[in-house]
Amino acid sequence: MLLGKIIGTVTPSLAYEGLQGVPFLLLQPLDKKLQPAGKPLVACDSTRMAGPDELVYYEGGREAALVLEPWFVPVDHTIIGIVDGVNLSEESNQ
Amino acid sequence: MIIGKVSGEIYSTINHKFYDGKKLLIIDKITPTGSVTSGYLIAVDSVGAGVGETVLVIDEGNSARQVVDDSSAPIRSIIIGIIDDINIGN
Repeated sequence: MLLGKIIGTVTPSLAYEGLQGVPFLLLQPLDKKLQPAGKPLVACDSTRMAGPDELVYYEGGREAALVLEPWFVPVDHTIIGIVDGVNLSEESNQ
Repeated sequence: MIIGKVSGEIYSTINHKFYDGKKLLIIDKITPTGSVTSGYLIAVDSVGAGVGETVLVIDEGNSARQVVDDSSAPIRSIIIGIIDDINIGN
């Protein structure tokens, strides 16, 4: 799993069956010092509660689909949870 | 499997039910000689690893599901061991 920040929402007019009602959010991948790293991507939100500028952790691949219900859906990134706090040890902060 | 160094922890209350009560650690990917690379990942802890420890991390879904013994768990990265020593060469 990796860290990401919500920077927007994506609203499809038509979605594959099984994905109706699943929120699609625009997510900026972050490195572990919470700085933007890489290109933004669209992720489904399994918590259905992530809002703009919130810190989340997400997963790709098959696990991205397993998070959703029904799970057999064509999805490659899904937000698994919202981060309340990040505790980095001192020596890794340099 | 990946060699990593635990460099932090994530706290979360709103998440998929599988992750309730699970400890999420930030793992720096390191080379066998111990130098930190830019890569990192967040893994579930299953062996009681603490910050600063060198750990062995599985980064593949099916193996992780075997470790947690749950065939529908949405998990890919899990810490399965704490490394005491890495011996390179003969």
